[in-house]
Amino acid sequence: MSKERIKISEDLYDIMPSDYQDLVKSATYGKEDRGWKDIGNSKELIEQHSLCAGCPESMAFRYILASLPNPEDTVMVGSTGCTSLVFPMVAVHNIHSLFGNQNAIASGLKRALSVRFPGRTKDVVVLAGDGATVDIGLDMTLQAWFRQEKFTTICFDNELYANTGGQESGLMQKGFVAKMAPVGKLFDKVRLPEIARESGCHYVVQCTVSKPSLIEKVVRNAVMIAREIGPTYLQLYTPCILEIGKNSMEGLQEMRDSEKPTERFAYKEYISEPAKQLLAEVAAKDKEKKAAAKQLASQGA
Amino acid sequence: MGICLPNPGEAHINGVIVPEEKAYEEAAKQFLMAKVPTLFPGPLVLWAWNEKAAKKATAIRHLYNTLKECVQPGQTPMLIPMPDYRPKYPKINPEVEINPNHPNLTIWHNKIDCCMFIGVHCHQANLSLKIIRGGTSCYTIAMCAQAGHEDAMLSFRDASVEKIMKLADAVKRLKGSVKPRLTSAKHGA
Repeated sequence: MSKERIKISEDLYDIMPSDYQDLVKSATYGKEDRGWKDIGNSKELIEQHSLCAGCPESMAFRYILASLPNPEDTVMVGSTGCTSLVFPMVAVHNIHSLFGNQNAIASGLKRALSVRFPGRTKDVVVLAGDGATVDIGLDMTLQAWFRQEKFTTICFDNELYANTGGQESGLMQKGFVAKMAPVGKLFDKVRLPEIARESGCHYVVQCTVSKPSLIEKVVRNAVMIAREIGPTYLQLYTPCILEIGKNSMEGLQEMRDSEKPTERFAYKEYISEPAKQLLAEVAAKDKEKKAAAKQLASQGA
Repeated sequence: MGICLPNPGEAHINGVIVPEEKAYEEAAKQFLMAKVPTLFPGPLVLWAWNEKAAKKATAIRHLYNTLKECVQPGQTPMLIPMPDYRPKYPKINPEVEINPNHPNLTIWHNKIDCCMFIGVHCHQANLSLKIIRGGTSCYTIAMCAQAGHEDAMLSFRDASVEKIMKLADAVKRLKGSVKPRLTSAKHGA
């Protein structure tokens, strides 16, 4: 699991576009403690994207890609929506599914990878919008959780169908009036984190993407738990600034305002007992490693 | 009318099955006639997946160097990679790479009138070759590692290091005996 797998043929190295050369030279594939702090010091696994200026989804993408523990052995499954405009720019294997089908595809993929590569860790991460996760694909989302499929589902919740002009979605808040939903939503926001918990997810988090360190932690936890125990779910608020009438610079503030303790995106976390145990083991191992490294450093000094 | 793919030891030129030797001559002739003969190496050779891929890359570089040595003033051989098959929105730079989903853009931009695909997976080569055939007057050659491409105007099969070197030898052999075209694809060659 390292850059050994992405070597450019020596005789054709000079003609490769610079973004590929940079990926080989300085991307963090194979780095054990990779995280959002690598952004700026290394080649990111996302090239330019085609999202709107200031879109919080682009921040979310950057943090998630920087935090995946095993990007060279990860396959991401996307679905129709703003996210599908970004995947062509992502240097992690990815599959575009039919709208709403993402968790069904990921189920088959994860099982196939386990059979094809029995001795190797292969992570599958679904990344889709709220329309794909909660409306059109709710059946596939829930069935994958019921079956205890071992992959992570990440929902970019922008509370409407953004790239088709602002239609009502299941995750839209009650009373919200959108460009293509002029009456205002009559029903409550679907409580998918609670549904995820009751459907068998072992790790469920709802938060915004205003804090990169938090995203790093929850993404790592979600992937590790999905790898060893069962399904995990992250619901991340990535507001569509255009559809809620904000400017490019106001996305971060919108997230900060929405994550206050009384607001609808206040941090929520559920961890099952087996998952808690796993996280404790991982933390203990990390501590041991750090102690050993410290000791080695002091001996060297 | 469809095109039958060649058997081992054969190739096809405009759908007509010919012995491989004849195809080397014709491909070399097309390269030497072209104003901008171009090689498009794909992911199977650009990335050093294994020793064989790296050797093919060396052979491709040799073919490109041979082309550069053998063309006449005014001809500009090019080597443009197709590193992967992403649609690459919002843009790609046609100066430095070819996108399988819009290969015509790179061909128009660089005025390429003869090209050879090598190391491109079958499905993407088929797509690209169809688009090129439908939208440009570029002569297409496929150095295919499998059974050949019906959408290329000239297709080899079972590509190997030896076959790439043989093509380079044919180019060397025909050096000076082929008259280059004066116009490029964009101007109606």
